[in-house]
Amino acid sequence: MKELMLGNKALARGLWEAGVKFVSSYPGTPSTEITEEAVKFDDIYCEWAPNEKVAMESAFGACLAGRRAFCGQKHVGLNVAADPLFTLSYTGVNAGLVVVVADDAGMHSSQNEQDSRHYAVAAKVPMLEPSDSAEALEFAKLAYEISEQFDTPVLIKMCTRIAHSQSVVETGERVEHSAAYEKNIAKYVMMPGNAKKRHPIVEERTRKLIDYAETTPINRVELASDELGIITSSTCYQYVKEVFGESASVLKLGMINPLPVALIKDFASKVKRLVVVEELDPVIETHVKALGLQVEGSELLPRIDEFSQNVIAQALGKHLTSNSYLLTPNLPARPPVMCAGCPHRGLFYSLKKRKCTVLGDIGCYTLGAVPPLSTIELTLCMGASIGATHGFNKMLGAASEGKTVAVIGDSTFMHSGMTGLANVAYNQSNSTVIILDNSITGMTGHQQNPSTGLNIKGDPAGKIDLESLCRAMGINRVRVVDPYDLAACDVAIKEELAAAEPSVIISRRPCALLKTVKHKPPLRVDADKCIGCKSCMKIGCPAISMKNGKAVVDQTQCVGCYVCSQLCPKKAFVSTAQEA
Amino acid sequence: METKNIIIVGVGGQGSLLASKILGHLLLNEGFDVKVSEVHGMSQRGGSVITYVRFGDKVYSPVVDKGQADFIVSFEILETARWLSYLKAGGQIVTNTQQIDPMPVITGAAEYPSNLVDKIRAEGVKIDAMDCLTLARQAGSQKAVNIVLLGRLSHYFDISEDSWQNSLKANVPAKFLDINRRAFELGKSFT
Repeated sequence: MKELMLGNKALARGLWEAGVKFVSSYPGTPSTEITEEAVKFDDIYCEWAPNEKVAMESAFGACLAGRRAFCGQKHVGLNVAADPLFTLSYTGVNAGLVVVVADDAGMHSSQNEQDSRHYAVAAKVPMLEPSDSAEALEFAKLAYEISEQFDTPVLIKMCTRIAHSQSVVETGERVEHSAAYEKNIAKYVMMPGNAKKRHPIVEERTRKLIDYAETTPINRVELASDELGIITSSTCYQYVKEVFGESASVLKLGMINPLPVALIKDFASKVKRLVVVEELDPVIETHVKALGLQVEGSELLPRIDEFSQNVIAQALGKHLTSNSYLLTPNLPARPPVMCAGCPHRGLFYSLKKRKCTVLGDIGCYTLGAVPPLSTIELTLCMGASIGATHGFNKMLGAASEGKTVAVIGDSTFMHSGMTGLANVAYNQSNSTVIILDNSITGMTGHQQNPSTGLNIKGDPAGKIDLESLCRAMGINRVRVVDPYDLAACDVAIKEELAAAEPSVIISRRPCALLKTVKHKPPLRVDADKCIGCKSCMKIGCPAISMKNGKAVVDQTQCVGCYVCSQLCPKKAFVSTAQEA
Repeated sequence: METKNIIIVGVGGQGSLLASKILGHLLLNEGFDVKVSEVHGMSQRGGSVITYVRFGDKVYSPVVDKGQADFIVSFEILETARWLSYLKAGGQIVTNTQQIDPMPVITGAAEYPSNLVDKIRAEGVKIDAMDCLTLARQAGSQKAVNIVLLGRLSHYFDISEDSWQNSLKANVPAKFLDINRRAFELGKSFT
C-alpha cells in the first residue's frame, strides 16, 4: 500500500519488516520519532535508555543474544556512544545490529553541526545514507542483511530533511529472524591478545565491503549528459535532481562507507566535468581526490549549513528562481521562547536576581540564555554543566562558589549529570547543582526517563528517586523547591550558595505542556491597578505584553502559573476563575 | 504537471502539523507525488516555523526555496511578512490576521510592524487576509484556525469538495468533525 510517511516512521517500519526485536535509544532531534514509531509495533521491545552509550550496549546485548537489534540517536548522541561503537567494529555481531545517527545540518535543534560520516570511516563500519522515506525503509532492511553477511554493526545516516520529511513509501510484511548465542571468547572478549587478531578481520571486511560497494544497486549511475557528472547522496541527491533533472549525469551513493573505487573511476571517465555535491565536510570529495581524479566540490559549495536547490543552482551556475517579493522594513525576529507557564522561568528569574553565574546544559532551559532572562552563560553538551561548575569553582574558589550554579534537567542529569555530581562529591568542590526536574524529557517532545517512574509506553516502571540518589552519592545538602514560588526559590539559592559544602537544589514542577498537568484559569490584568512599571515583563513570558502603557495577558496562552503576579507591586493580576 | 509548492508558516505550537497532514493526505489521494517537510525541536517553542508541502508528477527536493512558493498559508501576519520572499511572482497568500508578539516586541527591543496586510498588498501580492481566530470561534473552536485557512486554500485548487471532506474526516477526531467542517466552509466562502 502507498502511504505518505515521515522518514523516521519509514525507518521504524523498515525495522519492523526486518524482524527487529529490540530497540533502545535516547531521544534527540531529529532521531526521536524512529523509536516512538517502533514502539507502536507490538512485536518489537522498545525502551528509552538513560543515554546513547547504554542504548548501544543494550542493543548489542540483544544482538549477541541472537535477535536483530537497533539503537538510534542524533549526531551528538553518537559521540556518547562512540566508545562501544569502535570496539563493536572488532567484535562484529551475532544477529544484525543497526545504528542510526541523525545529523542536523543547519542546526535546527542542535549545539553543533558535526558530520557523522567521519564515524563510519574512523570506526571502519559500513554506513548507508537514504535520500527519502522509501529508501529509509528499504535501507533499514538492507542494513540488517549487510550486518549479518559481513559480521559488522551498520550505521544508517539520516539528516533533518530525510528524518522529518514525509514522502511516499510502499510497505511490506515482517520477516522473523533469529540466531543462537554461542560462547566465543576470541570474538567477543576484546583484550589485547584477542583484539589484535580481530583487527586484520576488520581490514579484510573493509576490502570485501568495497567490492560490495562497487556493485550494490544502492550505488546507482544515472547517465544523461557527458558534460557534467555529479556524485552525491542523501538529500543532496534530491536537490541535484531538482536543479538538473535529466540534464546532468549522477552517481547516487546509497552506501557512504566504504566508498567504491572502480565505480567512481568509471563514472568520472564518462563525463567532462566532475562535481561532488555533499553537505558539510568533503568526505566523498577527499576520497575522489585520493583516487587521483579531477573533481570540484569545496571550491563551489559552502561547508557550513544545509543545502537547498537554490544553493546548488547558484553554486553550479544554473538559474532556478529569482526572489519575487521583499518587504523592506526590518522585521522583529521570533526566537524560540520558554512556554507560558514553563516551570524553569521562575527559577531563572531568581538566579538572575541574585546575579548568579549559571553554567547550563542541554534542554529547553537553554532558552534561559536569551533576553530578557539572559542568565545562562554556558551550554556545551549533555552533563557539562556540573563538570564545568566543578572545575570553575576549583579554580576560582570563594570568588565563584558563592554565586555559581550548574543547572541541568532531570533527563540530562540521568543521561550524563550523575557522573559529574560524583566528581563534585568525590573531589569536594563547593558547588551548587540545580536539577530542573520537570518530570519529562521536554525539548525532544516529552519522553519518559529513569526519574519519571514511567516507561516508553507510559506504563509504570522503575523510578530513581533524585533526592535519595544525590544523598547516596555523598551530597548532604539536598532540598526541593517549587519554581512557581519565587520567595522559596530565592531562599534556597541564597542558602545553598552560602553553604560551605556541595549542595543540590531540585526545582520540581512538571512541564506545563504535559497533558497530565492541570492548569489554573488564566489571569488578566486589572487595568485600574496596573501602573505600567513592567516588573512583570522581566520574566519574558510570551503571554504578557504591554498595550497602551498597561500589561495585558493573552488569555489563549496563560496557564495561571502566578509567577508574574508575585512580581507585581500593585497586585494587578487577577484570576478569571469567576468570570469563566 | 510541474511541481506546485505550498509553505505553511506560523508560530511554533499553532498547529501547522495538522494542516500539512490533511494536505498530504488529500494530494496523495489525488494521485500526486507528494513531499511534506517540517521542523521539530527547538523552534517549536514559540519560534518562527515553516512547513513545506510539494506535489506534482515527480517531486525531488523536500523543501521550497525563496521565490518558489505558489501559495503561502500563514497562521500569523508577521510570519506572512517574514516568509514573503518565498512567494513566486504571481503567487497567492492565504493568511490569518492574528498578531502574536515575538519576544523582542514583548521586551520592548522592537516594535510590531503596523499595517502589514496593506504593505504586502502594496507590493502587488495577492493576499486573502482573514480574522481566522474569529471565524474559528464562530465554527465552534479557536483551535480550528488551520481548517479555516485550508478552506480558503481549497478555493484555489481544482480538487473536488468530496476529496477535501474525505481528507478532513480521515485526519480530525470524529467528535470535532462538525466544528472543522463549519470552519472549512467559513474559510472557503470568505470574500
